[in-house]
Amino acid sequence: MSLDDSKTRVHESRAVRMKEERALLSPQDKDALIRRHHPDYKKEAYRTIRIGPNEGEQTVHELANLLEGESPIASEAISLSPHHQADLLIIGGGGAGATAALTAKGAGAKVLLATKLRLGDSNTVMAEGGMQVAVSPEDSPVRHFLDSLRGGYMKNDPALLKTLVEEGPEVAKWLMDIGVLFDREEDGNLSLRGGGGSSKPRLLRCKDYTGLELMRVLKDCVLNEQIELLEFSPIVELLTDGEGACTGAILKNLDNNQYIVVQAKSVLLATGGIGRLHIQGFPTSNHYGATADGLPISYRAGAKLTLQDTFQYHPTGAVYPEPMSGILVTEAIRSVGAQLVNVKGERFVNEMETRDAVASAVIRECAEGRGVETPAGRRGVWLDMPMVDLINGEGTLAHRFPNMLRQFSRYQIDIRKEPVLVYPTLHYQNGGIQINVDGESTVRNLFAAGEASGGIHGRNRLMGNSLLDIIVYGRRAGRAAVKRAAEVSLGKLTLQHLDRFHEAQKKAGVVPQAVSPMLFPDYAKKN
Amino acid sequence: MPKTQLTEKTNLVTVEIMGKKYQVPQGITLIQAMWHTGHRITRGIGCLGGVCGACSTLYRTKGSYELKQGLGCQLIVEEGMSFSLSASFPVQKPIYRMEEITDPKQDLFKYFPEVALCRNCNACTEACPQGIDVRTGIWKAAFGDFKEASNLFLPCVMCSLCVPVCIAEISSNQVGLYVRRAEGIFFNERPPQLSNRIEEIQCGKYNTQWENLMKMSEEELKTCPIA
Repeated sequence: MSLDDSKTRVHESRAVRMKEERALLSPQDKDALIRRHHPDYKKEAYRTIRIGPNEGEQTVHELANLLEGESPIASEAISLSPHHQADLLIIGGGGAGATAALTAKGAGAKVLLATKLRLGDSNTVMAEGGMQVAVSPEDSPVRHFLDSLRGGYMKNDPALLKTLVEEGPEVAKWLMDIGVLFDREEDGNLSLRGGGGSSKPRLLRCKDYTGLELMRVLKDCVLNEQIELLEFSPIVELLTDGEGACTGAILKNLDNNQYIVVQAKSVLLATGGIGRLHIQGFPTSNHYGATADGLPISYRAGAKLTLQDTFQYHPTGAVYPEPMSGILVTEAIRSVGAQLVNVKGERFVNEMETRDAVASAVIRECAEGRGVETPAGRRGVWLDMPMVDLINGEGTLAHRFPNMLRQFSRYQIDIRKEPVLVYPTLHYQNGGIQINVDGESTVRNLFAAGEASGGIHGRNRLMGNSLLDIIVYGRRAGRAAVKRAAEVSLGKLTLQHLDRFHEAQKKAGVVPQAVSPMLFPDYAKKN
Repeated sequence: MPKTQLTEKTNLVTVEIMGKKYQVPQGITLIQAMWHTGHRITRGIGCLGGVCGACSTLYRTKGSYELKQGLGCQLIVEEGMSFSLSASFPVQKPIYRMEEITDPKQDLFKYFPEVALCRNCNACTEACPQGIDVRTGIWKAAFGDFKEASNLFLPCVMCSLCVPVCIAEISSNQVGLYVRRAEGIFFNERPPQLSNRIEEIQCGKYNTQWENLMKMSEEELKTCPIA
């Protein structure tokens, strides 16, 4: 069936679909669907990690190659006399890094923030849907906890999750105190919206620009506090004292390729996500620098990872027009009524299932021949957005989703009138560096926060828990690092952890498949 | 995926990238055209989703005298188009501490004295890739209507393209951000439900529930009703 014919069917079936009630899947059916179609269950995409703290465990080939990879400085003789000294060195300029910087600076620490691109270039800035905080009288932190635990298949670290939900309200207040403008109701209370897997509406938001709003304000605060910044300076290796504690890092100035040695009492990896590894060939919603740099770097220094085998494929990434491929269409649009529809104009899933289940259902439709083919040869299903205005009143899309409306209008697609084509897009790394409630990894003085860390979200993160995570744990890591700075002195700078890693490689017969961190995807065409 | 596959059927367009002519497939973005021609980009690239403002670009379309502004990850190549990533330019960013400000509407002129000099030329609005009515936003800010100015600047991605075109040298995006933050801090009551919840948590309202929860088995946690 042609794309246009199929689109006509979507319009024709709308009136009937709008009346259709569809129950959520039973736990058994949901489990079967995910096991059959979710990319996390595709055996051939995975392999065993052969060395390091997670030896014997599984992850995808793309990440395993980086974890077992070669350090970019392995073959270089670098002087380890420091160019900079700090109480806290933060790697990453997204929401978690900026929050930690503000917290630590506010408590009197000497902070240095290094980032691969500019301050603010991150996945945070792209977050659309919102931030989960249990504020309504019908809701509670306990309910938020149970929703998230069940959404994460009971694999969330309970202590990390409890802290996340309990500090949510306080963190929301802090954000408002520095000037974040969340949407309000007429009575002055926060406007709340539902999300997949959440039993009560608890998404705070700023239209569909929530991440942009947060990042703009955090960045402005960092600049006003005059926190020392090293932009275009990604981390390439950690430094340790030879006795297992982290004492600094080596950065690389991208403008002149010179190495920068930083000695610090603690290091916070807030390096973000993994989307640009294009795991299993998926497109991604992530920013250009999302190459999981923190994972191989901390791994070589001995940090344990957790849930490194599970990723979130957001059900609704655009697949058409081609330049928008992978770009997110926020889940919030489904929470106000937009339905997913196959090539025949039929609905096939309750759109408020958790993300892993919805993504699996979309993949199933396409795998079984009920997808729609784009001119570029991609497959997808329809997301029927015109329904939103029919259900909630004309103007809803324009008022609540100005970002979505603008993005598609650049390609002459009016989402108020036409459905769009979507397919799962690699969105989030559910696991990451294992941390405790202070954000410290299994390596002393090495902290992690935000998407680089793991354990909070179990095997599937609920929508809106990530913006909360970066602020809650950015603050906690910032505080803990200040406390640590009072207890320790600047340590010896060595690369002994690399020597040990090389020994392990040799012993296991591992020939590195890649240099890690990757830093950037290589999209430049080679003729 | 950003990689562009060239097939025999692909139509090519000729564009000029930073002054040099190239043929690239039609229908791709300016950033993708740069990848296609072998450019490795580290400056002028960020989210690739139109919200980070890293890829400010100057461009001209065929036959037009007009130098336009846009985002390189959002604009699509056209036959005869000429473009350069402008990536970064020195924009004035005044340093202020919101907690030290008492009268934000008056202090707007302390930190951004240029605001009073707007000559209404509208170049900022025309330059904005987000379609913001920047000029009106600046006037609303100057006249103290922070609420309306805040609404207008909501979609601002801080690309700064409004700045070099301003004949009064106003850093309009910075003004927008200052106004929005001030609006949030000074002119919005804290939401009552949020304040209540913070108090409840501090008073230990949920302590018993937490204690019970933390004693439960995985199976109980999976199935227990949510109070």
